[in-house]
Amino acid sequence: MDKSVLKKSLEELTRSELPLESFYRERISRFNGEINAFTEVREANTDCHEGPLKGIPFAAKDNIHSRGFRTSCGSRMLKKYYSPYSATVIDRLGRAGACLIGKTNMDEFAMGSSTENSCYGASRNPWDTRRISGGSSGGSAAAVSAGLIPFALGSDTGGSIRQPAALCGIVGFKPSYGLVSRYGLTAFASSLDQIGPLSRSVKDALDVMRVIAGRDPKDATTVGAERELFDHNLEPDLSGKKLAVPKEVLEYEGLDGRVYGSFMDMIERIRQEGGIVDEVSVPSIKHVVAVYYLIAPAEASSNLARYEGTRYGFSELSSSYLRSVGITRDMGLGEEVKRRILLGTFTLSSAYYDAYYSKALKVRRILDSELSALFGDYDFLVNPTCPVIAPKVGEITDPLVFYLMDIYTIAANLSGLPSISIPAQPADNMPVGFQITGPRMKDMDVLSTGAAVEAISPFLKDGIAPIPERWDE
Amino acid sequence: MFKTVIGLEIHAQLSTPTKAFCSCPADTFGDTENTAICPVCTGQPGTIPVLGEETVRLSVMSALALNCQVSEISCFDRKNYFYPDLPKGYQITQYFRPLARNGFIEVRVGNGRKSHIRINRIHIEEDAGKTIHEGASSISASGKQGGTLVDLNRCGIPLVEIVTEPDITSSREARLAMESIRDILRYIGVCTGDMEKGALRCDANISVINTRNGQSSNRVEVKNINSFRFVEKALDYEYKRITQAMKDGKEVVKETRTWDLASKTTITMRKKEEESDYRYFPEPDLPPLRITGSYLEEVKKMLPELPDEKIDRFMRDYALPEHDAVVLVSDKELSGFFEETVKVTQRPKEVSNWLTGDLLRILKERDMTVGQSELVPDHIVDLLRLLDSRTISISVAKEIFSECVRLGKMPSNIVEEKGLQQVDDEEEIESAIRQAMKDNPKAVDQYRAGKKAVLSYFIGAVMRRTKGRADPAVAGSVARRLLEDD
Ligand SMILES: [Zn+2]
Repeated sequence: MDKSVLKKSLEELTRSELPLESFYRERISRFNGEINAFTEVREANTDCHEGPLKGIPFAAKDNIHSRGFRTSCGSRMLKKYYSPYSATVIDRLGRAGACLIGKTNMDEFAMGSSTENSCYGASRNPWDTRRISGGSSGGSAAAVSAGLIPFALGSDTGGSIRQPAALCGIVGFKPSYGLVSRYGLTAFASSLDQIGPLSRSVKDALDVMRVIAGRDPKDATTVGAERELFDHNLEPDLSGKKLAVPKEVLEYEGLDGRVYGSFMDMIERIRQEGGIVDEVSVPSIKHVVAVYYLIAPAEASSNLARYEGTRYGFSELSSSYLRSVGITRDMGLGEEVKRRILLGTFTLSSAYYDAYYSKALKVRRILDSELSALFGDYDFLVNPTCPVIAPKVGEITDPLVFYLMDIYTIAANLSGLPSISIPAQPADNMPVGFQITGPRMKDMDVLSTGAAVEAISPFLKDGIAPIPERWDE
Repeated sequence: MFKTVIGLEIHAQLSTPTKAFCSCPADTFGDTENTAICPVCTGQPGTIPVLGEETVRLSVMSALALNCQVSEISCFDRKNYFYPDLPKGYQITQYFRPLARNGFIEVRVGNGRKSHIRINRIHIEEDAGKTIHEGASSISASGKQGGTLVDLNRCGIPLVEIVTEPDITSSREARLAMESIRDILRYIGVCTGDMEKGALRCDANISVINTRNGQSSNRVEVKNINSFRFVEKALDYEYKRITQAMKDGKEVVKETRTWDLASKTTITMRKKEEESDYRYFPEPDLPPLRITGSYLEEVKKMLPELPDEKIDRFMRDYALPEHDAVVLVSDKELSGFFEETVKVTQRPKEVSNWLTGDLLRILKERDMTVGQSELVPDHIVDLLRLLDSRTISISVAKEIFSECVRLGKMPSNIVEEKGLQQVDDEEEIESAIRQAMKDNPKAVDQYRAGKKAVLSYFIGAVMRRTKGRADPAVAGSVARRLLEDD
């Protein structure tokens, strides 16, 4: 197996003589004020474990629990919640020698695509701080993109790792559902949530996956015998690979022409490397946003019921239990979260269950079978990660416009597929992501092909996503 | 004429070592509040339930013992509602695809008759915590600030819910069905069956049909019945209330009522329209539960003989009356003790008399089980031998038996120590009677005047003088001889 590129890239980055942790801590204190990527930075445990990631600092999205850290989920509800236990991924990274030094900003309970729904305010895009970093793992993406941390963990329910990675010009990987334990990840939509890495190269992502993937007795949805899945070297080779582009993706009227241009540029480069790219049809892709916004809020309405002020978190007492719950939730939760809870409560109600939730599950199964059929003929599905470049902070006010931004990322969550966003040709100096999605459990193939695309991307420098000049000092 | 239609929903706490979805201990009765808890069962953000193996095994055993068909695949669902003792805001249950369906029990209703009660379904769910209303007399969520406390020790303990078909036709039959289910669950060791400690709880649905015009009342649910007696009482009360309403031409409201201990009546808990929409949907954190054929076989092998079969066998093999068999079998330990004893003495009816009579009375007085007493089968064998050889009288035997239970001494040793051998020396008896005749000449006259019942006075006198060691039959014949001779 290769030596960790993560370490090599760090060596290049840390021209100073400082220990890694102090180096990054210094950068965070210098730049975080402008970027607002971190919600909390802490002294790491100095005696790191021996392991493949020894001494490497990392950050985790603020919905991943680490004992003693605050885990706010970007919500007023949990702003003072200190975790009594650690997530499995945090334990595993700790045992591998990595040290958690900070938590990163996010949309409240991971509901959003811009981190504007955070009680800490929006994280700024390091490529243009007037713009959003994407979301909901926007803090993680901004921190890695600006070189404030070597890698960060995010969570992806409908694109929340890949979309901000694309908008900030880094690599974001969502593993197959069940590969990474969700124990200790604050649930948004349990059947869709998955933890994954945000990093500056595919190899870095692989190094993190090698540590965090694997069956966990604390999460019954993790699958067995998959740890070895990542015990391979990357084999970046495009020749003969068959890639499918759903025509429904290209026909989507919300696709920004500049993003389309960047995408087609990458397709051309792939063809030059011997890759075969065909346009195909996956009819149910047109319905993924609708299906997602039925299933995810339904699960969320149940997952978020526990935040009612009795045991922990924000609490506002009133004359009766139910009244206290009502006021606590009204004041403790933000607008978007409340909107989705209401939506989910409605679609699960006995009068509408069959008309909405049940039907959404049906379409989800149809999507599964269409994608399975597609993967009978093709190795991967490719599309732009996000139909637009990062909008300005405050520019979008209509939630539906945000919902539609997830159109290209959602299918991988609905079907539990591995999917990666690789920085492609930028547009107007803003990063654009190229997304590769593979069959379930073919995560290593997705990473290998990601590495091949990364190698021909005009965006990367020396195999690593570059840090915007502004922060590269 | 009115016909009652009753169905039961029984919640039984499983005797697993841990809670259903975390590794907290499940036997928390009497523990300090909120000590058997962890991030999972207190609903901390980010935690995930994981189904324990013992929960599966014990629920499958329950299903098999209740003659159900266990589904190859069953699924977990969430039942959503807000209550302070429900930390996740939902209860994990099996709503759409339960663990098992289509079972039945045979309930003995007396005189050798059995009622066939079908079981609709059995599913696994988790218990909620306990809400303690300080200084409030009624259960209401509108308690004053600080007036309600929550204990989460019980939260997450596995339950099976057993739902019968509405095959029960009287309150008595409901109680018998309930007892029969408790006996079965106790027998197979999956539930303590202790209603007082909440290990077994019962809700009942009742409706009444007027057989003359075929009209049926609305269904009324009676919740939170926490003793076998109250099952019967609450349903009796409801039957009267509903039939009275039907006679008066009033509508029986479809509602949930609860048994009120103080007034010994049922009172309205909530009307149908006040019932919340639980928004059931599949639990995404738990994969479907798959029960393979080989697993079922394995669990079947663990099942002991069930009460109903055992009662039949006791009646058949030991020629016991149904009542004896039912009493013996209702206590697994006792029936085992019985069989062990009978193996040595081969006198089942006599052994049964000792066990179902004197033994149960003594155990009840001392609040203990046969296993906790000092009694062993040899004691009874010895006792019967002493009675056979007429070494002791029956009244002495009873006294000795009680000592066996308390102190565990062999009956023959007790007889030896205390000199309790039966007096069959006629001279001693004769002298005792002569003494009594001297002490009470009036009684002698009465007897001789034809009042033969006075004989018992003389037998009693002999028993007193010999401290019960005399054979009453011998005493009687000697007394008769002396009274008639002289
Ligand atoms: Zn627990």
